[in-house]
Amino acid sequence: MKRLLVLCSVVTVLGFLSVTVMSPAPALAAAKAKAKTETILVGFTASQTGKLNVESVRQLNGFHLWMDQVNKAGGIKLPDGTLVKVKDKYYDDESKKERVQELYTKLINEDKANFLISPYSSGLTDAAAVIAQQYGRIMITTGAASDSTYKKGYTLVYQTYTPASKYLTGAVDILMKLGAKSKKIAIIYSNDKFSTDVVKALKTYAEAKGFKVVMFEGYDPSTTDFSPFINKIPQGVDAVMGGGHFADTTTLARQLYEKKVKTRMIALLVAPPEPKFAELGPACISVIGSSQWEPLAHFTQAAAKKEGLPWFGPSGDAFVKAYKAKYNEMPSYHSAGGYVAGLLLQEAIIKAGSTDTAKVKKALDGMNLMAFYGHVKFATSAKDHGLQIGHEMVYIQWQKNKQGKPVKQVVWPAAGATASPFVCPAPH
Amino acid sequence: MLDQLVASLTDGILLGFVYGVAAMGLTLIWGVMEVINLAHGPVIALGMFGTYLLFTHLGLNPYLALIPVAGMGLLLGLVIYVIAVQRVINAPPLSSLLSTFAVNMIIIGVCTAIFSTSPQNINYSLGSLSVAFLNINYSRLIGALGAILVTAGLYSFLYFTRPGKAIRAVANNRAAAELMGIPSGQMLALTFGLGTMLAAVAGGLIATFFPFTILSGSPYELKSFVICVLGGLGNPLGALLGGLILGFLEGLIPAFLPVSWVPVLEFGLFVLVLLVRPTGLLGEPSK
Repeated sequence: MKRLLVLCSVVTVLGFLSVTVMSPAPALAAAKAKAKTETILVGFTASQTGKLNVESVRQLNGFHLWMDQVNKAGGIKLPDGTLVKVKDKYYDDESKKERVQELYTKLINEDKANFLISPYSSGLTDAAAVIAQQYGRIMITTGAASDSTYKKGYTLVYQTYTPASKYLTGAVDILMKLGAKSKKIAIIYSNDKFSTDVVKALKTYAEAKGFKVVMFEGYDPSTTDFSPFINKIPQGVDAVMGGGHFADTTTLARQLYEKKVKTRMIALLVAPPEPKFAELGPACISVIGSSQWEPLAHFTQAAAKKEGLPWFGPSGDAFVKAYKAKYNEMPSYHSAGGYVAGLLLQEAIIKAGSTDTAKVKKALDGMNLMAFYGHVKFATSAKDHGLQIGHEMVYIQWQKNKQGKPVKQVVWPAAGATASPFVCPAPH
Repeated sequence: MLDQLVASLTDGILLGFVYGVAAMGLTLIWGVMEVINLAHGPVIALGMFGTYLLFTHLGLNPYLALIPVAGMGLLLGLVIYVIAVQRVINAPPLSSLLSTFAVNMIIIGVCTAIFSTSPQNINYSLGSLSVAFLNINYSRLIGALGAILVTAGLYSFLYFTRPGKAIRAVANNRAAAELMGIPSGQMLALTFGLGTMLAAVAGGLIATFFPFTILSGSPYELKSFVICVLGGLGNPLGALLGGLILGFLEGLIPAFLPVSWVPVLEFGLFVLVLLVRPTGLLGEPSK
């Protein structure tokens, strides 16, 4: 009986101990798990309506794809094991500059965004960047190529795109390869900030290469009738270059075709790399455009290794596959830009091991990597902090496939070309 | 240089015909009712959207679509008249100005919510006619032809039909017209309906040339004011002539100056005509 009592006492004590000792373990684990999860809010505006909506919606899609992938994987994993989930908050800026500053201030002060992504376009981003800097938030810009934004002394604004000053200069190189005849170029451009920056640099470059710019005229971005400009193009020019954003450039390309302008090359901004440009049908054939990224461009881990750069993110094929699966369309460089903006923020947070602005800024300053989008490195000097200095443009031309349908080919640089460029009109 | 000038003038003048139709709607309402219709621009844009929707959703040829668009324009004009104009027509001019401005804002707001301000485009190309160095879009030629037909139709209506004559009588002297048994209220409603119908048809024609948004009517509304002043109020032929002059200038100026100078000189001309001949080129000189 005594033994039984001892046994019961031991069992009771053990039971009590098991309850008292074992029970805090799940609580501790839960507390530990809770400490390892964090959520950041990324704020931005998108031009869901207005003249910039085609490019901006693609950019938005790209960013959402990145965010979904990160969250599905559990979050951004920091070296200490913390998982950082990503939430976003965005508003429609209606493609209007005047809406941007108000909305970014709201994103920071009311929505408490931790990090910012830029709106689409240089003009809108220039307005948003002031607010980001003023309130001490890091902004990764995408769809914003204009150089001047990054030369205003900002320290928290980082550019994903190749700067505007390098946007169309390669078209001059292509023209030289094709063989210029008159060495005359006509430039018709949208007089917005980005396009003006691009064509000024283009003009300087072309003149340095021995070309004469015989027409250099800007148009209002809302222009729909380009005939007054097209009628002024002098006869026998080697190339017509310029444009602006998708809506106006598409109209310009269509009207150049309808007016049967005789020139050896048409090289335009922004619109040609967009898959939607093919809707122009025969008017898109032979048009050349510069692109920040193309699905055909092969930036691979092997290429990164060759250049001695670390690789980050998915392969180009994986990005294209995931994008097509989610949106049922081919991604454009605007889509890639949206995705890469998130990807760069992710890498910087991992490198910083924290979501603290100062630490993430330090990681971005030191960033020098290759992703499917290409090489990324930011200038860190006081005069052009945040300017993109690693990334290079690729040039595409709309050509015909065997069925006679428009197909986009990479034609420059020669090393990455999928087809040779040809002079207008398109060969039959 | 001569080639460029001729090409530029051809494009400008062909476009001028359509400007003329757009201005006819404004000049009719202004001349007959003494109402400055600030909803003119959005109605032009509605004509663009009407043609676009009939083309994209029903597959109707955009030029055939102008017939239902004209009918809907007439109906819309009657609705706007009854709701927003009728009650303020005898009030000081500012009342009708504000009233039509409110209609302008309502149309823009509703259509922005429905269609957004993203550019739309009627993807219907007829190609172009090449004559020597000239390349003329068939769509512009058809637009000019349509404008001539509309002008002829409106002129015939106003001068050779009873309702048309009644409208002119009301325009001349409303009290006297009423004494002669003309129902002036109905005539004013019809005038407003015709004015919006013309604006909608002009919008439909413009939509076959250029992409558009709900805000695209504004530049044509502004041009219509210049044309009304140039051609004289209430005169369809004057509106067509004014449109052609404006088109001619838009072809001429870019040949010698940057295109950005076009509005500067256009509105300079507007002020000049107001100063020198305020009744317009075809209007009777003020006594």
